[in-house]
Amino acid sequence: MARSITNPDIKGPAGPTSGEWGDGGGGQPGASRRASLTGLLVLLTATTMVFAAFTSAFWVRRGLSNDWQPTTLPPVLWVNTGVLLVSSVMLEIARRSLKSGKRSEFNRYWTIGTGLGILFLLGQALAWRQLNDAGVFIATNPSSSFFYVLTAAHALHVIGGISALTYVDVMALLLQLGPGKRTAVDVCAVFWHFLDGLWVYLMILLTVWG
Amino acid sequence: MSSPTAHAHHAPQGFIRKYVFSLDHKVIGIQYYFLGLFSVLIGLTLSVLMRFHMVYPDVKVSLFEKLWPVGAQGGIMTPELYLSLMTMHGTIMVFFVLTTVPQSGFGNYFLPIQIGAEDMAFPVLNMMSFWTTFVALVVMVAAFFVKGGAPLAGWTGYPPLSALGPVSGPGEGTGQTLWIVSIAIFCFASLMGAINFIATTIDLRAKGMTLMRMPLTCWTWLVTAILGLLGFAVLLSAGVLLVLDREAGTSFFIPAGLLVSDQIQNHKGGSPLLWQHLFWFFGHPEVYIAILPGMGVASQLLSTFSRKPIFGYRAMVFAILAIGFLGFLVWGHHMFMSGMSPYSALAFSVLTMCIGVPSAIKTFNWIGTLWGGKIRFTTAMMFALGFVSLFVSGGISGIFLGQPALDLYFHDTYFVVGHFHMIMGVAAIFGMFAGTFYWFPKMFGRMMNETLGKLHFYLSFIGVYAIFTPMHFLGVAGNPRRYADFTNYDFMNPLMPIHKFMTHAAYFTAAVQIIFLINLFWSIKKGARATENPWEATTLEWTIPSPPPFDNFGGKHPVVYRGAYEYGVPGADKDYIMQNDPAQTPAH
Repeated sequence: MARSITNPDIKGPAGPTSGEWGDGGGGQPGASRRASLTGLLVLLTATTMVFAAFTSAFWVRRGLSNDWQPTTLPPVLWVNTGVLLVSSVMLEIARRSLKSGKRSEFNRYWTIGTGLGILFLLGQALAWRQLNDAGVFIATNPSSSFFYVLTAAHALHVIGGISALTYVDVMALLLQLGPGKRTAVDVCAVFWHFLDGLWVYLMILLTVWG
Repeated sequence: MSSPTAHAHHAPQGFIRKYVFSLDHKVIGIQYYFLGLFSVLIGLTLSVLMRFHMVYPDVKVSLFEKLWPVGAQGGIMTPELYLSLMTMHGTIMVFFVLTTVPQSGFGNYFLPIQIGAEDMAFPVLNMMSFWTTFVALVVMVAAFFVKGGAPLAGWTGYPPLSALGPVSGPGEGTGQTLWIVSIAIFCFASLMGAINFIATTIDLRAKGMTLMRMPLTCWTWLVTAILGLLGFAVLLSAGVLLVLDREAGTSFFIPAGLLVSDQIQNHKGGSPLLWQHLFWFFGHPEVYIAILPGMGVASQLLSTFSRKPIFGYRAMVFAILAIGFLGFLVWGHHMFMSGMSPYSALAFSVLTMCIGVPSAIKTFNWIGTLWGGKIRFTTAMMFALGFVSLFVSGGISGIFLGQPALDLYFHDTYFVVGHFHMIMGVAAIFGMFAGTFYWFPKMFGRMMNETLGKLHFYLSFIGVYAIFTPMHFLGVAGNPRRYADFTNYDFMNPLMPIHKFMTHAAYFTAAVQIIFLINLFWSIKKGARATENPWEATTLEWTIPSPPPFDNFGGKHPVVYRGAYEYGVPGADKDYIMQNDPAQTPAH
């Protein structure tokens, strides 16, 4: 009986080494990491499709009738954009620090990045508040409807992202970020960068055509 | 996202961990199977009630009044109640049966084993996916019990009917909201499932299991997962917009100046066609989500029981990929009636015809597989043959409907009902029966009764053709669909005997399913013990005990040396060679 890579109860000599026939490499070292990255890619595809569908509806609805009145974006959104971009940079610095073994630097930058992520969300809430105060609600006109739908959908993803970032952060601060969790660091960082890019896209869409 | 290292989990001890919140893909597969079985019984019951009402609309049934004091006052169904039954029949069958059993049920159980993995890539996500589906079903069924009852807008949920609330009819209040919420929850469950299926297939294949050695079932599960991933994400977005139109006063799908129940609606500028585009971008691939796994099962069984390699394995793989790809380019053929530009209609029509090519490749290859084979007529094989028959019958009427000029006539008639029930409904159901009879020994360690199985097959086969073939003739005769009652139209009078025949055929076919249920539950307890490989098949699930141990391969890592269909290889000792057999003739 061969030793299982993943089930510690199953002992014995190591299983066959990596496949030479272009197989999936299941049961080989790294299979779980690769599966995580594939899973991430699939998740990003799903998110892309969600926003592609919203964008498609945005274009169709915009061209449909004459009730579209452009929404003036609250200026705080530009600050939020900056905060989100910086948070991505912080997480990337943290990830690279971990690769070169600097764990305390990782902890510092990852915590800053996570904090900036939370700040971004608070900033988004402020933007909603300002729009509300200006009398622009979700049903006011199609442009504002899409503003709220797109920013809320993005915010829900950000909340998911922050939960993941916080989990990694707590693990790191409790000194429980073993090599097995390094994949979580990469997955979180890539997901966050994706949300970052997605936000830039939404800002362009809302500023130019909103 | 849960960590994929979780298939390091230990064999669970407690009842809850073992059978309820299990992380084991095999238990989850069986949970999905029985969720689908429960759902299909609801769906079937609703269809029988509908068929009854269509031919005996004036007969008083006190049970109806007990069940629906408002919808069936005096024991006679209102048209609204009929529409709510139709909506729930379609929705439950499409989402909780056709999408759930072939992919999430059989796929969960057999994908990891067939590719030589210990479990799915993300077991926790897998468990969450099942329980999310369960919640979706509970929310959907709850729509029957709220004020106003179940929604009326059909499984396609077309606005403005679905978007305006109680003003547009009973069931359009809370019932319709629950419907949308349930579908949104179902979308999440499907997306979680897709993540697992794709990551598992790409990254957890055993040594030697190249993509081109995978059983065709695995190919169909992979492509179905990709379709689900792309399709359900779009349906989720559309569902969010629809809920906002209902609850937040937005106007995505509701046009200005709409007069409903003598009230002008306070919406402006939206378009119901926008929903149709978003819905059918999901909805057409959904048809393939239902049928592709059945194609995989049919391919697997036709080869196994003909004792011949599948004819044209590569062509089959490319046909599956082509069907998946083209499935996203043809949604417009559901909307020929929407007033779209004839040039768009032409494009959608030509693309629709293109799907005939990979579909025909599959059909010819199935026939080629059978040709000259030493066919073993097991019940599983009979259902696989039935699948091919129904797929061809249902597919050919699709060629008619793909022509805009013909569709303008057929679209709102029973021709369409006949078409989609043949190809998406009963063909897929026959695929499930085939899978059940084939894999039951592995899942439960016992054989199903072949005599009862054959009886069930022949009676069902006759029954479904008796129900759905006449629908095509009714459609040609101009019989409209979605009507609760045909007795008020003179031109329909000559057609009523056909409707009566179909109704009795429906009773018959529904009753015949009792044979299946008896066979299923009796065999779980009392069936003859199954050996490791009762069908003399070649794929990896037949190399391990029936039922398989907790980690599938007992701690070993299977190594694969050859393709999945090595039957009747010249010079071999037996007429089949297992995928993990290193010896004998050179591998394909």
